[in-house]
Amino acid sequence: METFDLTLIWAFIIGFGVIMYVLMDGFDLGVGILFPFAPSEEDRDTMMNSVAPVWDGNETWLVLGGAGLLAAFPLVYSILLPALYIGVFLMLSGLIFRGIAFEFRFKARTSRYLWNWAFAGGSTVAAFAQGIVVGTYIQGYDTANGVFVGGALDWLTPFTVLTGFGLLAGYALLGSTWLIMKTEGRLQEWAYKLTLPLLAAVLIVFGIISVWTPFIDDMVRDRWFSNLSIIWVLPALTLLCAFQIFRSVRNRFEGMPFVATMGLFITAYLGLIVSRWPYLIPPDYTLWDAASAYNSQLFLLLGLLVVIPFVLVYTAWTYWVFRGKVRAGEGYH
Amino acid sequence: MELDPLILSRIQFAFVVSFHAIFPVFTIGLASYIAVLEGLGFKTKNPVWMKLSSFWTKVFAVVFGMGVVSGIVMSFQFGTNWSNFAQASANFLGPMLSYEVITAFFLEAAFLGVLLFGRDRVPAGVHLFAAIMVATGTLISTFWILSANSWMHTPAGTELRDGVFFVTSWSEAIFNPSFQYRFAHMVIASFLTGGFVVAGVSAWYLLKGREVEANRKALSMSLWLLLFLAPAQAVVGDFHGLNTLEHQPMKVAAMEGHWETSKNVPLLLFAIPDKANQTNHFEIGIPSLASLILTHEWDGEILGLNEVAPEEQPPVAIVFWSFRVMVGLGLMMILFAFVGLALRVGDRFWRTRWFLQGMRFMSITPFIAVLSGWFVTEIGRGPWLVYGMMTQAQGVTPSLTGGMALFTLIGYIIVYSMVFSAGVYYMMRVLYVGLEDDYDEEPDQAERPKRPLSASHVPFELHEDSKFQPVNHGDH
Repeated sequence: METFDLTLIWAFIIGFGVIMYVLMDGFDLGVGILFPFAPSEEDRDTMMNSVAPVWDGNETWLVLGGAGLLAAFPLVYSILLPALYIGVFLMLSGLIFRGIAFEFRFKARTSRYLWNWAFAGGSTVAAFAQGIVVGTYIQGYDTANGVFVGGALDWLTPFTVLTGFGLLAGYALLGSTWLIMKTEGRLQEWAYKLTLPLLAAVLIVFGIISVWTPFIDDMVRDRWFSNLSIIWVLPALTLLCAFQIFRSVRNRFEGMPFVATMGLFITAYLGLIVSRWPYLIPPDYTLWDAASAYNSQLFLLLGLLVVIPFVLVYTAWTYWVFRGKVRAGEGYH
Repeated sequence: MELDPLILSRIQFAFVVSFHAIFPVFTIGLASYIAVLEGLGFKTKNPVWMKLSSFWTKVFAVVFGMGVVSGIVMSFQFGTNWSNFAQASANFLGPMLSYEVITAFFLEAAFLGVLLFGRDRVPAGVHLFAAIMVATGTLISTFWILSANSWMHTPAGTELRDGVFFVTSWSEAIFNPSFQYRFAHMVIASFLTGGFVVAGVSAWYLLKGREVEANRKALSMSLWLLLFLAPAQAVVGDFHGLNTLEHQPMKVAAMEGHWETSKNVPLLLFAIPDKANQTNHFEIGIPSLASLILTHEWDGEILGLNEVAPEEQPPVAIVFWSFRVMVGLGLMMILFAFVGLALRVGDRFWRTRWFLQGMRFMSITPFIAVLSGWFVTEIGRGPWLVYGMMTQAQGVTPSLTGGMALFTLIGYIIVYSMVFSAGVYYMMRVLYVGLEDDYDEEPDQAERPKRPLSASHVPFELHEDSKFQPVNHGDH
């Protein structure tokens, strides 16, 4: 009866959704993280204008991911969300604040500084919380009989705090390279200056995580060190991307730093996936353990196949319409 | 006192979903109203319709935006607080909720942008089409959510194996026995909400003497709509109640405060239900009327709460009183709709100050009635989460402690009150600026349908340098 392995198709869809979310919300969260440090209020306007037309689609992927997980991999939904209970609350609050701040800042005058703080604070909290999610994924979850049995603060360990800061730096790097691409003059100069220190911070955290992880988990250690395999291409590509960022910033390229940062994220993400494959809820449950019923996966897939291309076209169209530089005083009033 | 994660999770869910519900319940009705205005404008070419449509579209954008933001939390609540339930019911609820999300995205990407920003950029016919599609889309969203919810009341088309529901028939599960009644009741409730808000805001403008021609038209058409919908809702509600009696008799017994199975059951107008002693205090009722309403016979027998053990009864007092609030407000709605009809004699409905003041007040009643109705149906399902199959206690997240649940409950209350007081304040600003809005002179490059709030250019604060100076149009 089951001609296709729908679970694998769904794993691809959700995996694709996650990286789309990370890259796209990543740079606009990054802009939010860098927001308080901008040289002037006028530059802050420009920063916001640079993401205003496109940040809308980003939460699309988060909500779709949440609902899609419930439909296709309910066990992920019912173990990760309880395990990350407080963290999920912090992330959602952060996202709500920055979303609302985004809209009202444009309409506000005297209360603008309040929305500035809400935007920056919300972005920072949301990014840090997402970094913690990554950390717990590497760390694994305390489960028994398909339910989370750990404590309320299991997600808060030195390791997850490190991954939290790692993603914070990573998103800030996406943000700064985005600003290099989309702005000019003083703001672009500022973004150029930030990029290399941020890159250094990201690499240091990545380095510590890479050394630390094999000590946390035997499976990850075996996968990487038991025999030298093709997967070492991924960290090699990550380093290549890092070098590319360094080189392109030194040469004052405008688009390449952002493209290379996306490459850095994608290769690191793939590295994380191969470390854990086929476990979706480490250390106990694989993709197939976590999957919903075949006919439920099929029922939703039919609708999704119609809509995903549509969302992609819409997204691409939005970026196309708003291509090019954002200048001070343009866009919002 | 020991903190109970079950109670706290129920309060948190009730808080978050109630807060969320007030936005879509308004936008569903408003979307259809805008489509009607667009249709009238397209047909008659009378600019008044376009003026109204343009204003209410802005209101729609702000409310829709708030709904989207508050909805984000909803899609994670099932997992954080009700993980056993999520795991058990995911095979059905997962696709249902995802289809709702998909519908919303499709709508935003395809038609919302044209409706919000396309007025001067696309042909009038295309704009009308977009308005109709947005209205249809909100109804399709309602369809998915109410199907999922109705299945929890009257589960069908699924079988429970090893603690997990598997779908055996999608059509039976989606069109489960209570779905059509709940859907009709809710859609009419949304239209009533849209109608009363439009009528109330128009009445307020008329009291201020602002844009009299347009607002008189808006009030008039809302009143016609309400004249049909308010009584229709009573009839549909009755059918919904009969359906509930068939499938969830204990909910109806709680609604009626009816403890012991008997005939000639009175309709209680007032009582203080006392679950501990399984009785009511201070009953005032009309003899045999509940029997007549529920069984259509004066001496019809109605099952009482004593059919099940007290721990299997829903909380009685809150269901009993919520039901009375809903019905009471519904009767007031019917009354105001008929008063509006009577005041058409001599064309007085838009000039009678006490009536306009009354309509202003009535504009908040649909929200209270809708929330009360949801309290009745949701609390009345207790102690079941999936009726007859899974209790609330079985559905709650096992690792959740009272402290964690209390932390996020307080957290969400703080976040929501900050964010939504800003939202409601801004909404009031948009209403205050009204149809005379001239902020649209500065079109915005970055207007996006997924940021519906960008459709309104009204500033957040009142300013001395503000272009719009409130004009006293003679509030006397």
